[in-house]
Amino acid sequence: MSASASALTPGAIPRSKWTGDHLYLIQNLILKDIRVRYRNMSLGVLWSLLNPLVMMGVLWFVFTKIYNTQIPHFAVFVLCGIVPYNVFALSWLTGTTSLVESATLIKRVPVPREIIPIAAVLSNCVHMSCQVALLLLLVAFSGIGVNRYWVILPVVWLLEILFVLGLALIFSGLNVYTRDVRYVVESVNVVLFWLVPIFYQFSRIPPQFREIYQYNPVAALVLASQRILVEGVYPQTSLLLKLAASSLLVFVLGFIVFRKLRTGFYNYL
Amino acid sequence: MTGERAIEFREVWKGFQRHTGRLLLRSHVGNWFRGRREAGVFHALKGLSFEMLPGESVAVVGANGAGKSTLLSLVAGLAPADSGTVAVNGRVAALLELGSGFHPDLTGAENIRLNAALLGIHRERMREIYGEIVEFAEIADFMDEPLRTYSAGMVMRLAFSVAVNVDPDILLIDEVLAVGDHAFRAKCFDKILDFRRRGKTILCVSHVSDMVQRLCSRALWLDHGELMLDGPIAAVCEAYEGRPSVQG
Repeated sequence: MSASASALTPGAIPRSKWTGDHLYLIQNLILKDIRVRYRNMSLGVLWSLLNPLVMMGVLWFVFTKIYNTQIPHFAVFVLCGIVPYNVFALSWLTGTTSLVESATLIKRVPVPREIIPIAAVLSNCVHMSCQVALLLLLVAFSGIGVNRYWVILPVVWLLEILFVLGLALIFSGLNVYTRDVRYVVESVNVVLFWLVPIFYQFSRIPPQFREIYQYNPVAALVLASQRILVEGVYPQTSLLLKLAASSLLVFVLGFIVFRKLRTGFYNYL
Repeated sequence: MTGERAIEFREVWKGFQRHTGRLLLRSHVGNWFRGRREAGVFHALKGLSFEMLPGESVAVVGANGAGKSTLLSLVAGLAPADSGTVAVNGRVAALLELGSGFHPDLTGAENIRLNAALLGIHRERMREIYGEIVEFAEIADFMDEPLRTYSAGMVMRLAFSVAVNVDPDILLIDEVLAVGDHAFRAKCFDKILDFRRRGKTILCVSHVSDMVQRLCSRALWLDHGELMLDGPIAAVCEAYEGRPSVQG
């Protein structure tokens, strides 16, 4: 017999119990979310295109016809902020509620608990990739065009996903103990919406706050996206480094905190 | 190593907080200041010790609330013990609540894949055994229909078929033998007997005394989290069923 003998100290959860295929499971969980989301809709997956199209249409109308600003391509500028922000905010929220929503599963099947919030965040990212694709099309065909810095975008967005994964691990765990956490997340999302330069330019922020702004990965993400897509310039190495540092930190922290939190999941779910 | 145990419990305690109002932020903050109160803890297992050798099949009997299901979730690794040690050697498959990962809007085929992945089946192995699962469930014609159109019996057939194909070293069974019609139940039972013949370890909880007696050779009688009796199945069942009927 293999040496998987798991004599345990009290309070520890045996680690060798689930020897399954992590990638296959995550793939199946993502497919489940996507299928369930659209199965009973007569327009099906088209909705993931229609929803953002409506949003973009309205914003386009408001910011070109009604609210006329001096900022060139203001509608595109706003969308370059809103789309990455939306991906972030929704992923964080679905990740946070994922464990509680899968309570029956967690109490009956010994899957590694980390997989549940991770799959929730990733399936949300897959779902919202349509919005991102639409944004890219819009930028490409609205007269701004494609530039060589677009190759940095996947790196920027990947860092963002790592950041949300870390947050989702921490907050999904906390949400098991105190169900109020999801409302805290919703409120923080509202605050973040205005603390991230979506409707105003970064240059309008007073200089003493700019440093701090860039350490907020959501702000850094939006800034980098705007610089690349709208202004067509390289988004400063220091900004990218700050984004990378804070994202990786939160990602690692997420796993550490989750390990501490998960011992009580069975009792609190 | 000689004499390695399949399952070993030593002085295992497991308690649950009584939940009223405990999930509210207010009570968390309250506990923070007052220090953790131990009042309101319900002990499901009180210093339980037993061991099982590989290839043994053991039944757990006892009234509702005796700690039977808690015992299985500790073995399955779903919950940690408060104190004492739980040691488990080998791959565990838990037939606890069949179909826990099922979704009504997914088709039968999609549910099979999702559930199998949850139970730890690998992608390559899934390709080999998908046919067997469908065949065992005997509902091949409905594989592309959403699960919500299935009858309860069909759902159970599907869930059981996936679960028995995990091929574990240790099989945990919680009341799941009440599956489907008579013929299918007999088929499931044969499948489990087959596990036993192949030298797998089986730990089961059931009220169907007759089935348990055919499947297991030894039994544990739990009462309010304590081990009352550990011995040959016939003797334990007799003692359990002949107990003075005190309502707890």
